[in-house]
Amino acid sequence: MRGVDLVETMLPGVGVRYELRTRSGEVLGIVVQREGGAEVAVYDRRDPDRARGVLRLDPDEVDAVAEVLGAPRLTQRFADLSREVPGLESGRFPVRPGSRFVDRPLGDTRARTLTGCSIVAIVRDTDVVPSPRPRDLLRAGDVLVAIGSRRGLEELDRHLSAPA
Amino acid sequence: MDDVAALLVELGLLFVGLSLLGLLARRLGLSPVPFVLVAALALGEGGIVPLTTAEPFLEAAAEIGVVLLLLTLGLEFSPPELFASLRRHGPSGLVDLLLNAPPGFVAGLLLGLPWQGALALAGVTYITSSGIVARLLGDLGRLANRETPAVLAVLVLEDLAMALFLPLLVVALAGGSALSAVAGTALAVGTVLLVLLAAQRHGHRLGRLLAHRDDEQVLLRLFGLTLVVAGLAQALGASAAVGAFLVGLALPASFADRARAILGPLRDLFAATFFVAFGLSIDPGEVLPVLPGVLLLAVVTGATKVATGWFAARRDGVALPGRLRAGTALIARGEFSVVIAGIAVAAGLPEVGPVAAGYVLVLAVAGPIVTRLLEPRPVRLGPGFPAAT
Repeated sequence: MRGVDLVETMLPGVGVRYELRTRSGEVLGIVVQREGGAEVAVYDRRDPDRARGVLRLDPDEVDAVAEVLGAPRLTQRFADLSREVPGLESGRFPVRPGSRFVDRPLGDTRARTLTGCSIVAIVRDTDVVPSPRPRDLLRAGDVLVAIGSRRGLEELDRHLSAPA
Repeated sequence: MDDVAALLVELGLLFVGLSLLGLLARRLGLSPVPFVLVAALALGEGGIVPLTTAEPFLEAAAEIGVVLLLLTLGLEFSPPELFASLRRHGPSGLVDLLLNAPPGFVAGLLLGLPWQGALALAGVTYITSSGIVARLLGDLGRLANRETPAVLAVLVLEDLAMALFLPLLVVALAGGSALSAVAGTALAVGTVLLVLLAAQRHGHRLGRLLAHRDDEQVLLRLFGLTLVVAGLAQALGASAAVGAFLVGLALPASFADRARAILGPLRDLFAATFFVAFGLSIDPGEVLPVLPGVLLLAVVTGATKVATGWFAARRDGVALPGRLRAGTALIARGEFSVVIAGIAVAAGLPEVGPVAAGYVLVLAVAGPIVTRLLEPRPVRLGPGFPAAT
Protein backbone atom coordinates (compact mmCIF):
# COMPACT_ATOMS: atom_id res chain seq x y z
CA MET A 1 0.00 0.00 0.00
CA ARG A 2 1.38 3.40 -0.94
CA GLY A 3 1.40 6.13 1.70
CA VAL A 4 -1.94 7.90 2.12
CA ASP A 5 -1.89 11.63 2.84
CA LEU A 6 -4.23 11.62 5.84
CA VAL A 7 -4.01 14.39 8.45
CA GLU A 8 -5.78 14.10 11.79
CA THR A 9 -6.73 17.22 13.75
CA MET A 10 -8.39 17.33 17.15
CA LEU A 11 -11.58 19.39 17.40
CA PRO A 12 -11.99 20.00 21.14
CA GLY A 13 -15.54 19.34 22.28
CA VAL A 14 -16.61 18.16 18.82
CA GLY A 15 -14.50 15.20 17.77
CA VAL A 16 -11.76 14.63 15.22
CA ARG A 17 -11.27 15.99 11.72
CA TYR A 18 -9.54 13.89 9.10
CA GLU A 19 -8.25 15.48 5.96
CA LEU A 20 -7.42 13.31 3.01
CA ARG A 21 -5.67 14.64 -0.05
CA THR A 22 -6.69 12.14 -2.68
CA ARG A 23 -4.35 11.27 -5.52
CA SER A 24 -6.86 12.70 -7.95
CA GLY A 25 -6.21 16.10 -6.39
CA GLU A 26 -9.40 16.60 -4.36
CA VAL A 27 -9.24 17.29 -0.63
CA LEU A 28 -11.75 15.36 1.43
CA GLY A 29 -12.62 16.45 4.97
CA ILE A 30 -14.30 14.11 7.43
CA VAL A 31 -15.38 15.28 10.87
CA VAL A 32 -16.15 12.38 13.18
CA GLN A 33 -18.24 13.73 16.00
CA ARG A 34 -18.03 12.52 19.57
CA GLU A 35 -21.73 11.66 19.61
CA GLY A 36 -21.15 9.31 16.67
CA GLY A 37 -22.36 11.46 13.77
CA ALA A 38 -20.09 12.66 11.00
CA GLU A 39 -19.73 15.36 8.38
CA VAL A 40 -18.11 14.71 5.04
CA ALA A 41 -16.99 17.73 3.04
CA VAL A 42 -14.92 18.84 0.10
CA TYR A 43 -13.09 22.14 0.17
CA ASP A 44 -13.79 25.28 -1.79
CA ARG A 45 -11.31 25.79 -4.62
CA ARG A 46 -11.23 29.56 -4.21
CA ASP A 47 -11.07 29.47 -0.40
CA PRO A 48 -9.28 26.23 0.53
CA ASP A 49 -10.00 26.80 4.23
CA ARG A 50 -13.74 26.56 3.69
CA ALA A 51 -15.67 23.30 3.64
CA ARG A 52 -18.46 23.25 1.10
CA GLY A 53 -20.83 20.58 -0.01
CA VAL A 54 -21.11 19.33 3.56
CA LEU A 55 -22.80 15.97 3.92
CA ARG A 56 -24.23 15.26 7.34
CA LEU A 57 -24.54 11.72 8.64
CA ASP A 58 -26.32 10.51 11.78
CA PRO A 59 -24.61 7.81 13.87
CA ASP A 60 -26.57 4.95 12.28
CA GLU A 61 -25.84 6.34 8.83
CA VAL A 62 -22.15 6.51 9.71
CA ASP A 63 -22.33 2.86 10.71
CA ALA A 64 -23.95 2.02 7.40
CA VAL A 65 -21.27 3.86 5.41
CA ALA A 66 -18.51 2.33 7.50
CA GLU A 67 -20.04 -1.06 6.89
CA VAL A 68 -20.04 -0.46 3.15
CA LEU A 69 -16.48 0.82 2.98
CA GLY A 70 -14.69 -0.86 5.85
CA ALA A 71 -16.21 -4.04 7.15
CA PRO A 72 -16.08 -6.17 3.98
CA ARG A 73 -12.31 -5.64 3.82
CA LEU A 74 -11.90 -6.74 7.42
CA THR A 75 -14.24 -9.69 7.24
CA GLN A 76 -12.89 -10.56 3.82
CA ARG A 77 -9.51 -11.12 5.37
CA PHE A 78 -11.03 -13.55 7.84
CA ALA A 79 -13.15 -15.09 5.13
CA ASP A 80 -9.93 -15.96 3.31
CA LEU A 81 -8.69 -17.49 6.53
CA SER A 82 -11.89 -19.50 7.05
CA ARG A 83 -11.60 -20.88 3.50
CA GLU A 84 -8.21 -22.23 4.36
CA VAL A 85 -9.42 -23.92 7.53
CA PRO A 86 -12.71 -25.78 6.99
CA GLY A 87 -15.26 -25.22 9.75
CA LEU A 88 -13.69 -21.94 10.85
CA GLU A 89 -15.92 -18.88 10.68
CA SER A 90 -15.75 -15.29 11.80
CA GLY A 91 -18.31 -12.97 13.32
CA ARG A 92 -18.73 -9.42 14.57
CA PHE A 93 -20.22 -8.80 18.00
CA PRO A 94 -21.05 -5.28 19.20
CA VAL A 95 -20.48 -4.33 22.85
CA ARG A 96 -23.71 -2.47 23.48
CA PRO A 97 -23.93 0.42 25.99
CA GLY A 98 -25.15 -1.12 29.22
CA SER A 99 -23.54 -4.46 28.50
CA ARG A 100 -21.98 -5.99 31.57
CA PHE A 101 -18.59 -6.01 29.84
CA VAL A 102 -18.38 -2.24 29.25
CA ASP A 103 -15.28 -0.78 30.95
CA ARG A 104 -14.08 -4.28 31.85
CA PRO A 105 -11.03 -6.03 30.47
CA LEU A 106 -11.45 -8.36 27.51
CA GLY A 107 -10.26 -11.25 29.68
CA ASP A 108 -13.38 -10.91 31.83
CA THR A 109 -15.50 -12.18 28.95
CA ARG A 110 -13.69 -15.55 29.26
CA ALA A 111 -14.71 -16.03 25.63
CA ARG A 112 -12.20 -18.75 24.79
CA THR A 113 -12.76 -20.70 28.02
CA LEU A 114 -16.53 -20.70 27.63
CA THR A 115 -17.04 -20.89 23.86
CA GLY A 116 -13.71 -21.85 22.32
CA CYS A 117 -13.79 -18.75 20.10
CA SER A 118 -10.87 -16.33 19.79
CA ILE A 119 -11.41 -12.61 19.75
CA VAL A 120 -8.90 -11.49 17.15
CA ALA A 121 -9.65 -7.77 16.94
CA ILE A 122 -11.51 -4.95 18.63
CA VAL A 123 -12.97 -2.38 16.23
CA ARG A 124 -13.28 0.94 18.04
CA ASP A 125 -14.68 3.85 16.04
CA THR A 126 -12.25 4.06 13.17
CA ASP A 127 -9.45 2.16 14.89
CA VAL A 128 -8.82 -1.53 14.89
CA VAL A 129 -6.96 -3.16 17.78
CA PRO A 130 -5.60 -6.37 16.29
CA SER A 131 -4.70 -9.27 18.59
CA PRO A 132 -6.08 -7.60 21.73
CA ARG A 133 -4.70 -8.62 25.12
CA PRO A 134 -6.89 -9.99 27.94
CA ARG A 135 -6.29 -6.80 29.94
CA ASP A 136 -7.48 -4.46 27.13
CA LEU A 137 -10.55 -2.58 28.34
CA LEU A 138 -13.79 -2.87 26.38
CA ARG A 139 -15.86 0.22 25.74
CA ALA A 140 -19.47 0.71 24.79
CA GLY A 141 -19.71 0.74 21.00
CA ASP A 142 -16.72 -1.53 20.44
CA VAL A 143 -17.19 -4.35 17.95
CA LEU A 144 -15.43 -7.61 18.71
CA VAL A 145 -14.24 -9.68 15.77
CA ALA A 146 -14.05 -13.34 16.69
CA ILE A 147 -13.23 -16.55 14.87
CA GLY A 148 -14.29 -20.03 15.84
CA SER A 149 -16.74 -22.77 14.99
CA ARG A 150 -20.26 -21.78 13.96
CA ARG A 151 -21.65 -23.18 17.19
CA GLY A 152 -18.99 -21.48 19.27
CA LEU A 153 -19.81 -18.14 17.67
CA GLU A 154 -23.49 -18.58 18.42
CA GLU A 155 -22.65 -19.32 22.04
CA LEU A 156 -20.37 -16.31 22.14
CA ASP A 157 -23.16 -14.08 20.81
CA ARG A 158 -25.52 -15.30 23.53
CA HIS A 159 -22.83 -14.95 26.18
CA LEU A 160 -21.93 -11.38 25.21
CA SER A 161 -25.50 -10.13 24.98
CA ALA A 162 -26.78 -11.94 28.10
CA PRO A 163 -27.88 -9.57 30.86
CA ALA A 164 -25.76 -9.45 34.01
CA MET B 1 -56.65 30.38 42.99
CA ASP B 2 -54.70 28.91 45.86
CA ASP B 3 -50.93 29.07 45.94
CA VAL B 4 -50.25 25.64 44.49
CA ALA B 5 -52.63 26.20 41.62
CA ALA B 6 -51.11 29.63 40.91
CA LEU B 7 -47.57 28.20 41.05
CA LEU B 8 -48.36 25.39 38.63
CA VAL B 9 -50.19 27.64 36.18
CA GLU B 10 -47.45 30.28 36.26
CA LEU B 11 -44.70 27.70 35.72
CA GLY B 12 -46.67 25.94 33.02
CA LEU B 13 -47.28 29.14 31.09
CA LEU B 14 -43.62 30.09 31.59
CA PHE B 15 -42.34 26.85 30.06
CA VAL B 16 -44.83 27.02 27.19
CA GLY B 17 -43.62 30.57 26.58
CA LEU B 18 -39.99 29.41 26.65
CA SER B 19 -40.80 26.75 24.10
CA LEU B 20 -42.32 29.35 21.74
CA LEU B 21 -39.31 31.64 22.25
CA GLY B 22 -36.98 28.73 21.51
CA LEU B 23 -38.85 28.03 18.26
CA LEU B 24 -38.67 31.68 17.26
CA ALA B 25 -34.95 31.83 18.07
CA ARG B 26 -34.19 28.72 16.04
CA ARG B 27 -36.25 30.01 13.13
CA LEU B 28 -34.10 33.14 13.12
CA GLY B 29 -30.94 31.07 13.56
CA LEU B 30 -30.20 32.66 16.92
CA SER B 31 -29.62 31.47 20.47
CA PRO B 32 -32.72 31.39 22.69
CA VAL B 33 -30.79 32.99 25.59
CA PRO B 34 -31.35 36.66 24.58
CA PHE B 35 -35.04 36.00 23.88
CA VAL B 36 -35.47 34.40 27.30
CA LEU B 37 -33.73 37.37 28.91
CA VAL B 38 -36.00 39.88 27.17
CA ALA B 39 -39.09 37.92 28.14
CA ALA B 40 -37.92 37.66 31.75
CA LEU B 41 -37.20 41.38 31.86
CA ALA B 42 -40.75 42.00 30.71
CA LEU B 43 -42.07 39.78 33.51
CA GLY B 44 -41.29 40.24 37.16
CA GLU B 45 -40.08 43.34 38.92
CA GLY B 46 -40.93 46.57 37.12
CA GLY B 47 -42.12 44.57 34.12
CA ILE B 48 -45.49 44.22 32.47
CA VAL B 49 -46.74 41.01 34.10
CA PRO B 50 -45.65 40.23 37.63
CA LEU B 51 -44.68 36.61 38.20
CA THR B 52 -45.11 36.51 41.95
CA THR B 53 -45.95 33.00 43.11
CA ALA B 54 -43.32 31.20 41.05
CA GLU B 55 -40.45 33.47 41.96
CA PRO B 56 -39.17 31.67 45.10
CA PHE B 57 -39.21 28.38 43.18
CA LEU B 58 -37.43 29.94 40.22
CA GLU B 59 -34.71 31.30 42.46
CA ALA B 60 -34.00 27.84 43.90
CA ALA B 61 -34.20 26.24 40.47
CA ALA B 62 -31.81 28.88 39.13
CA GLU B 63 -29.13 27.74 41.61
CA ILE B 64 -29.51 24.20 40.30
CA GLY B 65 -29.36 25.60 36.76
CA VAL B 66 -25.94 27.15 37.40
CA VAL B 67 -24.71 23.93 39.01
CA LEU B 68 -25.83 21.88 35.99
CA LEU B 69 -24.38 24.37 33.48
CA LEU B 70 -20.98 24.14 35.17
CA LEU B 71 -21.21 20.37 35.64
CA THR B 72 -21.76 19.89 31.91
CA LEU B 73 -18.97 22.36 31.20
CA GLY B 74 -16.67 20.19 33.32
CA LEU B 75 -17.91 17.07 31.53
CA GLU B 76 -16.96 18.62 28.18
CA PHE B 77 -13.39 18.82 29.34
CA SER B 78 -10.86 16.21 28.53
CA PRO B 79 -7.29 16.57 29.77
CA PRO B 80 -5.77 15.46 26.41
CA GLU B 81 -7.78 18.12 24.54
CA LEU B 82 -6.87 20.71 27.13
CA PHE B 83 -3.15 20.02 27.02
CA ALA B 84 -3.13 19.81 23.23
CA SER B 85 -4.92 23.15 23.03
CA LEU B 86 -2.50 24.71 25.52
CA ARG B 87 0.52 23.49 23.59
CA ARG B 88 -0.68 24.51 20.17
CA HIS B 89 -2.84 27.55 20.89
CA GLY B 90 -1.53 28.84 24.23
CA PRO B 91 -0.52 32.23 22.74
CA SER B 92 -4.01 32.64 21.22
CA GLY B 93 -5.53 32.02 24.63
CA LEU B 94 -3.29 34.68 26.13
CA VAL B 95 -4.18 37.19 23.40
CA ASP B 96 -7.85 36.39 24.00
CA LEU B 97 -7.50 37.18 27.69
CA LEU B 98 -5.44 40.34 27.20
CA LEU B 99 -7.74 41.76 24.51
CA ASN B 100 -11.14 40.92 25.94
CA ALA B 101 -11.01 41.12 29.74
CA PRO B 102 -9.50 44.64 30.16
CA PRO B 103 -12.25 46.46 28.19
CA GLY B 104 -14.84 45.02 30.58
CA PHE B 105 -12.79 46.02 33.61
CA VAL B 106 -12.27 49.59 32.36
CA ALA B 107 -15.94 49.91 31.39
CA GLY B 108 -16.93 48.72 34.87
CA LEU B 109 -14.81 51.39 36.51
CA LEU B 110 -16.13 54.06 34.11
CA LEU B 111 -19.70 53.02 34.93
CA GLY B 112 -18.90 53.64 38.59
CA LEU B 113 -18.84 50.01 39.74
CA PRO B 114 -16.55 49.03 42.61
CA TRP B 115 -13.46 47.12 41.46
CA GLN B 116 -15.05 43.80 42.30
CA GLY B 117 -17.93 44.66 39.97
CA ALA B 118 -15.45 45.72 37.29
CA LEU B 119 -13.71 42.36 37.72
CA ALA B 120 -17.01 40.56 37.17
CA LEU B 121 -17.62 42.65 34.05
CA ALA B 122 -14.15 41.71 32.80
CA GLY B 123 -15.25 38.08 33.02
CA VAL B 124 -18.52 38.91 31.24
CA THR B 125 -16.76 40.49 28.26
CA TYR B 126 -14.00 37.85 28.20
CA ILE B 127 -15.97 34.66 27.90
CA THR B 128 -17.41 33.73 24.51
CA SER B 129 -20.51 31.57 24.61
CA SER B 130 -19.26 28.09 23.74
CA GLY B 131 -22.89 26.94 23.50
CA ILE B 132 -23.79 29.52 20.84
CA VAL B 133 -20.53 29.05 18.92
CA ALA B 134 -20.71 25.24 18.88
CA ARG B 135 -24.26 25.39 17.55
CA LEU B 136 -23.37 28.10 15.03
CA LEU B 137 -20.41 26.19 13.59
CA GLY B 138 -22.58 23.11 13.18
CA ASP B 139 -25.47 25.04 11.60
CA LEU B 140 -23.21 26.86 9.16
CA GLY B 141 -21.41 23.66 8.16
CA ARG B 142 -18.10 25.03 9.37
CA LEU B 143 -16.94 22.08 11.48
CA ALA B 144 -14.64 20.85 8.73
CA ASN B 145 -13.24 24.33 8.02
CA ARG B 146 -9.55 24.87 8.62
CA GLU B 147 -10.03 27.79 11.00
CA THR B 148 -12.34 25.76 13.26
CA PRO B 149 -9.69 23.96 15.37
CA ALA B 150 -8.29 27.37 16.37
CA VAL B 151 -11.76 28.63 17.30
CA LEU B 152 -12.50 25.54 19.40
CA ALA B 153 -9.09 25.68 21.08
CA VAL B 154 -9.75 29.28 22.15
CA LEU B 155 -13.06 28.13 23.65
CA VAL B 156 -11.38 25.29 25.56
CA LEU B 157 -8.78 27.65 26.99
CA GLU B 158 -11.55 30.06 28.01
CA ASP B 159 -13.28 27.25 29.87
CA LEU B 160 -10.05 26.59 31.74
CA ALA B 161 -9.67 30.29 32.51
CA MET B 162 -13.27 30.29 33.75
CA ALA B 163 -12.43 27.53 36.24
CA LEU B 164 -9.64 29.69 37.63
CA PHE B 165 -11.53 32.97 37.40
CA LEU B 166 -14.68 31.95 39.28
CA PRO B 167 -12.96 31.25 42.63
CA LEU B 168 -10.98 34.48 42.26
CA LEU B 169 -14.21 36.39 41.66
CA VAL B 170 -15.98 34.73 44.58
CA VAL B 171 -13.14 35.59 46.95
CA ALA B 172 -13.02 39.17 45.67
CA LEU B 173 -16.79 39.57 46.01
CA ALA B 174 -16.70 38.23 49.53
CA GLY B 175 -14.75 41.38 50.40
CA GLY B 176 -11.41 39.68 50.79
CA SER B 177 -8.19 41.63 50.52
CA ALA B 178 -5.98 41.38 47.43
CA LEU B 179 -3.83 38.88 49.36
CA SER B 180 -6.71 36.56 50.20
CA ALA B 181 -7.86 36.80 46.58
CA VAL B 182 -4.42 35.63 45.45
CA ALA B 183 -4.43 32.86 48.07
CA GLY B 184 -7.93 31.82 47.02
CA THR B 185 -6.89 31.67 43.39
CA ALA B 186 -3.74 29.70 44.20
CA LEU B 187 -5.92 27.25 46.09
CA ALA B 188 -8.27 27.06 43.11
CA VAL B 189 -5.43 26.45 40.64
CA GLY B 190 -4.06 23.75 42.93
CA THR B 191 -7.45 22.10 43.28
CA VAL B 192 -8.13 22.12 39.55
CA LEU B 193 -4.71 20.60 38.80
CA LEU B 194 -5.16 18.05 41.57
CA VAL B 195 -8.58 17.03 40.30
CA LEU B 196 -7.26 16.77 36.72
CA LEU B 197 -4.40 14.56 37.88
CA ALA B 198 -6.63 12.47 40.12
CA ALA B 199 -9.07 12.07 37.24
CA GLN B 200 -6.26 10.74 35.04
CA ARG B 201 -5.32 8.12 37.62
CA HIS B 202 -8.50 7.33 39.52
CA GLY B 203 -11.32 8.83 37.46
CA HIS B 204 -12.42 5.38 36.33
CA ARG B 205 -13.13 4.46 39.95
CA LEU B 206 -15.50 7.40 40.29
CA GLY B 207 -16.99 6.42 36.96
CA ARG B 208 -17.56 2.86 38.20
CA LEU B 209 -19.14 4.17 41.40
CA LEU B 210 -21.67 6.17 39.38
CA ALA B 211 -22.16 3.77 36.50
CA HIS B 212 -25.22 1.59 36.30
CA ARG B 213 -27.20 0.02 33.50
CA ASP B 214 -30.23 2.04 34.53
CA ASP B 215 -30.23 5.66 33.33
CA GLU B 216 -32.34 6.60 36.32
CA GLN B 217 -29.68 5.28 38.71
CA VAL B 218 -26.94 7.18 36.90
CA LEU B 219 -28.98 10.37 36.96
CA LEU B 220 -29.77 10.14 40.67
CA ARG B 221 -26.20 9.25 41.69
CA LEU B 222 -24.56 11.90 39.54
CA PHE B 223 -27.07 14.62 40.38
CA GLY B 224 -26.86 13.78 44.09
CA LEU B 225 -23.08 13.75 44.18
CA THR B 226 -22.89 17.01 42.26
CA LEU B 227 -25.34 18.83 44.51
CA VAL B 228 -23.53 17.62 47.64
CA VAL B 229 -20.12 18.73 46.33
CA ALA B 230 -21.57 22.04 45.11
CA GLY B 231 -23.21 22.65 48.47
CA LEU B 232 -20.00 21.87 50.35
CA ALA B 233 -18.02 24.16 48.04
CA GLN B 234 -20.55 26.93 48.73
CA ALA B 235 -20.29 26.31 52.48
CA LEU B 236 -16.50 26.55 52.28
CA GLY B 237 -16.78 29.98 50.70
CA ALA B 238 -15.96 28.86 47.17
CA SER B 239 -18.86 28.90 44.76
CA ALA B 240 -21.32 26.06 44.20
CA ALA B 241 -20.57 26.52 40.50
CA VAL B 242 -16.89 25.72 41.07
CA GLY B 243 -17.74 22.57 43.02
CA ALA B 244 -19.98 21.35 40.20
CA PHE B 245 -17.32 22.11 37.62
CA LEU B 246 -14.80 20.02 39.56
CA VAL B 247 -17.18 17.05 39.64
CA GLY B 248 -17.53 17.26 35.87
CA LEU B 249 -13.77 17.48 35.52
CA ALA B 250 -13.13 14.44 37.69
CA LEU B 251 -15.36 12.10 35.70
CA PRO B 252 -13.62 9.93 33.11
CA ALA B 253 -14.27 10.55 29.43
CA SER B 254 -15.86 7.12 28.97
CA PHE B 255 -18.54 8.02 31.50
CA ALA B 256 -18.84 11.69 30.51
CA ASP B 257 -20.49 10.94 27.15
CA ARG B 258 -23.27 8.97 28.79
CA ALA B 259 -23.60 11.50 31.62
CA ARG B 260 -23.98 14.34 29.11
CA ALA B 261 -26.72 12.51 27.25
CA ILE B 262 -28.61 11.72 30.46
CA LEU B 263 -28.21 15.18 31.98
CA GLY B 264 -28.99 17.10 28.77
CA PRO B 265 -32.74 17.62 29.16
CA LEU B 266 -32.46 18.34 32.89
CA ARG B 267 -29.69 20.85 32.25
CA ASP B 268 -31.72 22.61 29.55
CA LEU B 269 -34.74 22.90 31.82
CA PHE B 270 -32.91 24.28 34.83
CA ALA B 271 -30.58 26.48 32.78
CA ALA B 272 -33.65 28.08 31.21
CA THR B 273 -35.07 28.82 34.66
CA PHE B 274 -31.71 30.31 35.59
CA PHE B 275 -31.86 32.74 32.67
CA VAL B 276 -35.44 33.58 33.58
CA ALA B 277 -34.56 34.16 37.23
CA PHE B 278 -31.65 36.39 36.21
CA GLY B 279 -33.91 38.45 33.94
CA LEU B 280 -36.57 38.65 36.64
CA SER B 281 -34.10 40.04 39.15
CA ILE B 282 -33.38 42.99 36.87
CA ASP B 283 -35.59 46.03 36.55
CA PRO B 284 -35.87 46.81 32.82
CA GLY B 285 -35.92 50.50 33.75
CA GLU B 286 -32.29 50.15 34.83
CA VAL B 287 -31.13 48.66 31.52
CA LEU B 288 -32.12 51.66 29.38
CA PRO B 289 -29.86 54.25 31.06
CA VAL B 290 -26.75 52.05 30.67
CA LEU B 291 -27.60 51.05 27.10
CA PRO B 292 -25.36 53.59 25.29
CA GLY B 293 -22.36 52.49 27.35
CA VAL B 294 -23.28 48.85 26.81
CA LEU B 295 -23.49 49.34 23.03
CA LEU B 296 -20.07 50.98 22.96
CA LEU B 297 -18.64 48.14 25.07
CA ALA B 298 -20.25 45.61 22.73
CA VAL B 299 -18.68 47.25 19.67
CA VAL B 300 -15.23 47.38 21.28
CA THR B 301 -15.27 43.83 22.63
CA GLY B 302 -16.82 42.57 19.39
CA ALA B 303 -13.81 44.01 17.57
CA THR B 304 -11.35 42.55 20.10
CA LYS B 305 -12.89 39.08 19.63
CA VAL B 306 -12.52 39.43 15.86
CA ALA B 307 -8.86 40.30 16.44
CA THR B 308 -8.50 37.25 18.72
CA GLY B 309 -9.96 34.86 16.15
CA TRP B 310 -7.91 36.52 13.41
CA PHE B 311 -4.72 35.97 15.42
CA ALA B 312 -5.57 32.36 16.35
CA ALA B 313 -6.50 31.38 12.77
CA ARG B 314 -3.43 33.07 11.30
CA ARG B 315 -1.24 30.96 13.58
CA ASP B 316 -2.79 27.92 11.89
CA GLY B 317 -1.90 29.26 8.47
CA VAL B 318 -5.48 30.15 7.52
CA ALA B 319 -6.07 32.76 4.80
CA LEU B 320 -7.94 36.06 5.17
CA PRO B 321 -11.57 34.89 4.72
CA GLY B 322 -11.04 32.11 7.23
CA ARG B 323 -9.48 34.48 9.76
CA LEU B 324 -12.49 36.74 9.47
CA ARG B 325 -14.85 33.77 9.93
CA ALA B 326 -12.92 32.66 13.03
CA GLY B 327 -12.97 36.17 14.50
CA THR B 328 -16.64 36.84 13.94
CA ALA B 329 -17.62 33.36 15.18
CA LEU B 330 -16.15 34.25 18.58
CA ILE B 331 -18.19 37.48 19.07
CA ALA B 332 -21.22 35.88 20.74
CA ARG B 333 -21.42 36.08 24.52
CA GLY B 334 -24.05 34.11 26.35
CA GLU B 335 -24.68 31.69 29.17
CA PHE B 336 -21.40 32.01 31.07
CA SER B 337 -21.45 35.80 30.96
CA VAL B 338 -24.85 35.54 32.63
CA VAL B 339 -23.48 33.05 35.18
CA ILE B 340 -20.68 35.46 36.13
CA ALA B 341 -23.08 38.40 36.37
CA GLY B 342 -25.48 36.28 38.40
CA ILE B 343 -22.74 35.50 40.93
CA ALA B 344 -21.91 39.21 41.23
CA VAL B 345 -25.59 40.15 41.67
CA ALA B 346 -26.07 37.45 44.31
CA ALA B 347 -23.02 38.77 46.17
CA GLY B 348 -24.64 42.19 46.54
CA LEU B 349 -23.61 44.06 43.41
CA PRO B 350 -26.98 44.52 41.67
CA GLU B 351 -25.52 47.21 39.38
CA VAL B 352 -23.69 44.51 37.39
CA GLY B 353 -27.01 42.91 36.41
CA PRO B 354 -28.44 45.50 33.99
CA VAL B 355 -25.08 46.07 32.28
CA ALA B 356 -24.44 42.35 31.76
CA ALA B 357 -28.03 41.69 30.66
CA GLY B 358 -27.89 44.47 28.05
CA TYR B 359 -24.46 43.36 26.91
CA VAL B 360 -25.42 39.69 26.47
CA LEU B 361 -28.64 40.73 24.69
CA VAL B 362 -26.68 42.72 22.15
CA LEU B 363 -23.85 40.27 21.48
CA ALA B 364 -25.82 37.01 21.65
CA VAL B 365 -27.88 38.42 18.76
CA ALA B 366 -25.21 40.40 16.90
CA GLY B 367 -22.49 37.70 17.01
CA PRO B 368 -24.33 35.02 14.99
CA ILE B 369 -25.72 37.63 12.56
CA VAL B 370 -22.31 39.16 11.83
CA THR B 371 -20.63 35.82 11.19
CA ARG B 372 -23.55 34.64 9.01
CA LEU B 373 -23.10 37.69 6.78
CA LEU B 374 -19.71 36.30 5.78
CA GLU B 375 -21.20 33.14 4.33
CA PRO B 376 -21.39 33.37 0.52
CA ARG B 377 -24.94 32.04 0.38
CA PRO B 378 -27.57 31.24 2.98
CA VAL B 379 -27.18 27.80 4.49
CA ARG B 380 -30.26 25.89 5.43
CA LEU B 381 -30.37 24.86 9.06
CA GLY B 382 -29.94 21.15 9.50
CA PRO B 383 -32.07 19.58 12.20
CA GLY B 384 -30.83 17.24 14.82
CA PHE B 385 -27.39 18.67 15.37
CA PRO B 386 -26.40 18.29 18.96
CA ALA B 387 -24.98 21.29 20.77
CA ALA B 388 -24.63 22.47 24.32
CA THR B 389 -27.47 24.81 25.31
